Amino acid sequence: MTTSPLIAVTLVATALLSMPARAQDHNGHDGQPAVAPGAQSSPPVKADLHAGHSPSVVNPKPAMDHNMMVHGDLKHGSANDTASSTGVSPGPMMETTQPVEAGIGPSRAADAIWGADAMFDSRKSLRESHGDFPVFWFQGDRLEAQIRGGHNGYLWDFQGYYGGPTSRLWFKSEGEGGFGKALEDAEVQALYSRAIAPFWDFQLGVRQDVAGDKTTHAVIGVQGLAPYMFEVDAAMFVSHRGDVTARVEAELDQRITRRLILQPRAEVNLSAQNVPRLGIGAGIDSVEAGVRLRYEITREFAPYLGVEQSWRVGRSADFARGSGEDPSVTNYVVGVRFWF
Amino acid sequence: MNTSLTRRGILAGLGAGATLAAVPAWAQGHSMRRHNGPPIRVGFDEVSGKIIDLAVASGRRTVQGRSGHGIAVNGSVPGPLIRLREGQNVRLNVTNHLNEDTSIHWHGLLVPFQYDGVPGVSFPGIKPHKTFTYDFPIRQSGTYWYHSHSHLQEQSGHYGPLIIEPAGAEPVSYDRDYILLLSEFTPLHPHFIMSRLRTGEGYFNDKLSSWTDKYPMSGAERRMWAEMRMLPTDIADVSAPTYTYLANGRGAEEGLEYLFRRGERIRLRVINGSAMTFFNLRIPGLPMTVIAADGQNVKPVEVDELQIATAETYDIIIEPGKADAYAIVAESMDRSGMALAMLATVPGAKASVPPLREAPLLTMGDMGMNHGPAASDMAADHNGHAGMDHGGGADANAAKSHSMDGMSMRDKSLLPPDVEIGPGLDMVSMAPVDKMGDPGIGLRDVKHRVLNYRMLSALEPNQDTREPSRLLEIHLTGNMERYMWSFDGRMFSSVDDIPIRFAWNERVRVKLVNNTMMAHPIHLHGMFFELVNGESAMHQPRKNVVVVQPGASAQFDLTANEPGDWAFHCHLLYHMHGGMMQTVTVVGPKVAT
Repeated sequence: MTTSPLIAVTLVATALLSMPARAQDHNGHDGQPAVAPGAQSSPPVKADLHAGHSPSVVNPKPAMDHNMMVHGDLKHGSANDTASSTGVSPGPMMETTQPVEAGIGPSRAADAIWGADAMFDSRKSLRESHGDFPVFWFQGDRLEAQIRGGHNGYLWDFQGYYGGPTSRLWFKSEGEGGFGKALEDAEVQALYSRAIAPFWDFQLGVRQDVAGDKTTHAVIGVQGLAPYMFEVDAAMFVSHRGDVTARVEAELDQRITRRLILQPRAEVNLSAQNVPRLGIGAGIDSVEAGVRLRYEITREFAPYLGVEQSWRVGRSADFARGSGEDPSVTNYVVGVRFWF
Repeated sequence: MNTSLTRRGILAGLGAGATLAAVPAWAQGHSMRRHNGPPIRVGFDEVSGKIIDLAVASGRRTVQGRSGHGIAVNGSVPGPLIRLREGQNVRLNVTNHLNEDTSIHWHGLLVPFQYDGVPGVSFPGIKPHKTFTYDFPIRQSGTYWYHSHSHLQEQSGHYGPLIIEPAGAEPVSYDRDYILLLSEFTPLHPHFIMSRLRTGEGYFNDKLSSWTDKYPMSGAERRMWAEMRMLPTDIADVSAPTYTYLANGRGAEEGLEYLFRRGERIRLRVINGSAMTFFNLRIPGLPMTVIAADGQNVKPVEVDELQIATAETYDIIIEPGKADAYAIVAESMDRSGMALAMLATVPGAKASVPPLREAPLLTMGDMGMNHGPAASDMAADHNGHAGMDHGGGADANAAKSHSMDGMSMRDKSLLPPDVEIGPGLDMVSMAPVDKMGDPGIGLRDVKHRVLNYRMLSALEPNQDTREPSRLLEIHLTGNMERYMWSFDGRMFSSVDDIPIRFAWNERVRVKLVNNTMMAHPIHLHGMFFELVNGESAMHQPRKNVVVVQPGASAQFDLTANEPGDWAFHCHLLYHMHGGMMQTVTVVGPKVAT
C-alpha cells in the first residue's frame, strides 16, 4: 500500500504539469512576433517625420481652400527632417517636490461655491464607488453525484465572499454523503480574507463540522492563484480538542476550446497526530486526484463529467481497513459548476 | 460649395437610418422583455443658442434586436448635438428625470471648475427631479462631447456630441460637415458588468486562448503568460458580443449613411464616446487627413488609418473619389466587432465591408520589455516601408532570451518611493520607454500609414512655451485579477482627500508610466496639456486625453492656469470606477503669494 501515495503524486503531477505545454502544434511557423514590433526608442526628442515641416501646408493664419488641396505636400514622408528638433524641450530630468505655492490639504474648492454640506454626500458617494467597494460572489465549484460500485453518493464544495478587492468575508462549505444515508462529512467555514500579495489572500476564521463528530476548528490559511494559473487553497486547522490537521487543494483550468474546459484537481489532507476517533493517521491522511471535463453553457453554468481517485494513506489506510472500508476508491462523477 | 452647407449636411446624416428606427420593437423580432420607460430614439437632433434645455431620462434602448435599459438626453442616444459659437455665453438647464443623481461633464471644454460636472469634485450633482443650470462663456472652438459623470450612466447612453464654431474662419475648407460618434450598446446593466469584472476574471473575453486556438504563440510563450498569471488576449476588458458597436447610436447592420456628391470635401468629426473601446478607423480606398485632435487644430497630416482611444476626438477631411460608396469602418481594437457607416452618393449605395482582421495579442513590449531588435523606432513602420521583419531569427532569439527565468515582473526597485506597493500592483514595467510613436495595439505592423502622436503638431502656436519647472511622475498601476486600478498604487477611494496639487500658472511636465498591460486613455479635466512628442514647445499638440501604451510611458506639459479642483482619470469607465482617478487642484491666483 505504500506505493499508492507515490503513484498518486505522480499522477497528479503528470495531469497538472503536462497541460500548458500542449496545444502548440497547429502552426508551422515558429518565429512568432513574440517580441513586440511595438517597441519604441526611448528618447522622445527628435521630431522625426511628420512634425512641423511642409510649411506650404501649414499656415497658422489659414488661407481658406489652399492648405488642404495638395496632398503631395502633406507629410507622410521619410524621417529625415531634423529641422524641427530645434526648440524641443528636454524638460527637468528628476522628479521634484511641488512648490509651496501649490498649497496643502484636501481639495475643497467646490465647498466655497456650493457649501460643504451640499458637497458632503457627493464626495462620500464618489469615494465609495471609485476603487474600494464591495461585491458578492458565490461559487458552486463542485456539486456532483459520485458513482462507484454499489455506493453512490453526492458531494458539494461551495465558496464565496462579500467585500472589496483586498478585504473580504469569505465563506466555504463542503460535504458528502451516500444517497439515502446520513451525511458523512459536512463543514462550513467563515473567514476574514485579506490580500497580502497581488494574487494571494491570507485567511483567518473558524470551521464547524456539522455532520458526524461535531468539531470546531480555528482556521489559518492562504488562498490564491499560483504561477501557471493554479488555483490553490491551503489551510491549517486546530480543533477544539487540540488536533492539528491541514488541507491543500489545487485546481487548474485548461481550455480545450473557449467553452470546453478540462480541470485537473488534487487535494492532500495531512495530520500532525493520530485521531483514531476520526480514523485519521498521522502524516499524510488522504490524497485525491481527479479530472473533470466541463462545458460552459454560460460562463456561470457548466455541467461536467469526471473521474476521481482517492487514497487513504499510511495509518489512515489501516483505520479504513479496520472499519471495513476500502482505502482506495474510484469515483465517476457527474455534476455542475456554477457561480454568480 | 462652402461651409454654409454644414448644417444641412449634418441633418442629412442624422436622417439616414431613421426608417429602421421607426419599425416598432415587436416587429423587429426581438424579446419583448420589459424595460422601464419609453423607447429611446436612435440618433440625435440639434440644439443651439444661448439657453439650452436638456432632460435626462431613462428608457428602453434597442439595437439590432437586443434591448436593454438606457439613459437618454432629450430622449435620444446619443443625446442632441449641442452647437455653440466661440465667444458666446451659454446657459444649459439640465433636468434630471431619473430616480438617481445625474450630471453632465462637458468633455474638453474650458469652464469654471464648478460647472465641470463631476459630482464630488466640482459640484454636488443633480438630484432626482431637479434642474441644474450650467452657465459659462465659450472660450474655444472645435469638436467635443458631453457625458454623465455619475455612476455608470455613460455606458447606458448618457452622452452626446458638442461642436463649437470658431469666431473666425475655419482653417480648412470643406463642403459637408458630419459627426461620427462611436460608442457601444449592451443589454446588460452596467452594474452587472462592473461586478463581473471584479469577480469573474476574463468574463467578457470571448477570445481566451485555448488548446485549439489559432494564435501564433509558441508553447514557451503560452507557458510564460500562464506563469505570469496574465492573459495575452486581454486587449479590451469588455467587448463584443457583450457590446454592439455603434455609429451615431446605430449598429453596423442599421445603416448609418452620409451622403455626398462627387468632388466634395467632407469634414468628419470623429468622437469616441464609448465606455471601454478603442476603435481602429479607416475608409478603404480613401486617405484621411487629420486636421484636429481633441478639438484643437493640428497641421494637416494624411493617414490611411487611425486608432481613436476612448474619449478622444479627431477631425478628418476626406475627399471621396469615383466610387458610389465608401465604407467607414471602426473596428474595435480587439477585433471583436465593428461600427460601420457608409459614405454614399445615393441613399442605399453600399461599399463592400472588409472582414474583421485577426485579433491582436499582447507582446513582450507590452510588459515593458523593450530591448532587442523590437526597440527600434516604430516610426519607420508606417511610411510605406515594409514594416519590421518579425518572425525572423532575431525575434525568435529575443523571445527565448526574454523567457521569464531570472526576471521579475514586479521589480519594486524600479518604482519611486511614492508609489505604494501592495496587492493592487501586479506588475512593474521593466523599461517603460516613451511610445509616442506607437500607432496602438494591433496597428504596429499594418502596411499602410497609421496615425501616431508624433505626427501631431499644433496648428496655432501654443501660448505658453516656458520650460517646465517641475517634473511630476505618476505611475499607472493595477491588478487585473482583482480588477483594481490606480495611480501610484492607490485607488481613488484612498486618495480622495489627497489631490495632485499645482501652483498658479505653474508649468509642469507630467510623466505617466504605465505598469500595466493595458492601454489607458488618461484624461485631465479643465485644461489642455501639450503632448511631449518631439515637437517644439510652440507646436506640441494640445490634447485632453493621452493614451499611455502598455508597459510604456508618455509625457505632457501643462500650464496650471485654470484654478479649482479637476478630475484626472483613466477614461475607460470601469477602470475609473476601479479606482484609477485622482483630483487635481490648481491653486488660484488670489491664494498664491
